[in-house]
Amino acid sequence: MSITRIQNANAFTGTIPADNFANATLDNVTLLPNAPLGDMVLVSSATASSSASIEFDLSSYKEYKFFFVNIHPSATTGNPLFQFQCSTDNGSNYNTTITSTHFRAGHNENDADQYLSYNTGKDQAQGTSFQSLTDGDVGGDNDQCQSGMLQLFNPSSTTFVKHYIGHNNSVHANDVCGTVFSAGYFNTTSALTNIKFQMSSGNIDDGKILMFGIN
Amino acid sequence: MAQSITRLSGVNSLSGTIPATNIANSTFDNITALPSAVPTGKPVLLSTATASSSSSIEFTSGIDSTYDIYQFEFINIHPETNNVKFTFQSDTGTNTNYNQTITSTDFISQHNETGTTTELGYAIANDQAQGTAFQPIGQLIGNDNDECAAGTLQVFQPSSTTYVKHFIANTNVYRHDNYSREHFTAGYFNTTSALTRFRFKMSSGNLDSGKIKMYGISA
Repeated sequence: MSITRIQNANAFTGTIPADNFANATLDNVTLLPNAPLGDMVLVSSATASSSASIEFDLSSYKEYKFFFVNIHPSATTGNPLFQFQCSTDNGSNYNTTITSTHFRAGHNENDADQYLSYNTGKDQAQGTSFQSLTDGDVGGDNDQCQSGMLQLFNPSSTTFVKHYIGHNNSVHANDVCGTVFSAGYFNTTSALTNIKFQMSSGNIDDGKILMFGIN
Repeated sequence: MAQSITRLSGVNSLSGTIPATNIANSTFDNITALPSAVPTGKPVLLSTATASSSSSIEFTSGIDSTYDIYQFEFINIHPETNNVKFTFQSDTGTNTNYNQTITSTDFISQHNETGTTTELGYAIANDQAQGTAFQPIGQLIGNDNDECAAGTLQVFQPSSTTYVKHFIANTNVYRHDNYSREHFTAGYFNTTSALTRFRFKMSSGNLDSGKIKMYGISA
């Protein structure tokens, strides 16, 4: 028997109205197209397991937001700092020029000291080192770790410098709660192509990094 | 008798595939929910609470290993009592003591409406050293009709049974004596027990009005 018409379909164009689709929850859909959602999109994530470093490719999102969840160093000595750098040559070199600020607030568990101060030892003035996002060390006791976030703005720009803003909290090996604000810019008009995270000494023993893109 | 339709315009005559252009609603306006298999990877609104002369606001469900980060948004938190702090605490299991051990820092920047005073400094009154009190994340909040506090709080992996649980808060308050005052509060719950619930309250009096939203963020 011939189909004479689909209910409500346009008789001339064949267009089927949305009301004709029964499944409002799209149960069989497992992936969304790259439509402009206008909000945070999970781009990638990585879980450390005695990792020397964690690297991500950067592309054309206007802003990247990284969350650091329970970053735990392998080293229990040597003041391991959590730090990052970016590459302009697809990861061959991580030594882009940075000018940055770094200040911290701290309070130890025995209440002996509180502080709020600028940290001249962790900022950079046209330096090419890895930029520290923590202060002192991240403690290596089994329950000690660091969490926080980093925003990186428009890394693909070939016109402007690339700003970043980081805010992290850690437990130091000597049982101090240390919160760090570090901000600055990569002083280059080349596009940043990759980002690398590492400890200043030893490996990233455990922890997760979530990378979101925002357009 | 009307002529029979043998095929729809644009439809592949062999496969029967209907092209996307034949579907009228490309914005899917009628879709009300996505299946769980779709990885949206963005903050998911888990719960919203609206204060109405409330002694406290609690979030007691949905806080588990599903999300790596729980983010709370505070919108126009208005106290009934003048010159009070906005505070929070956490608890484990189904306990209701809200007295987990916290070590924390707090510093502020502030500026009054007359432009005569500016300040950036550590706020000793709001930190804790292995304390179990409610943690202030906003201080000196006024209760005039237009005075309130707003901001965010992130708690990292509260379900961990290995690590301490870090939190980072950033709020701005309208002081009772007409200052804009920004708080930067951070610290950790010094426990390896999973945190399952959070309570928010003023240091004195009720939460007269305001809204708190809880989001989950994960990979």
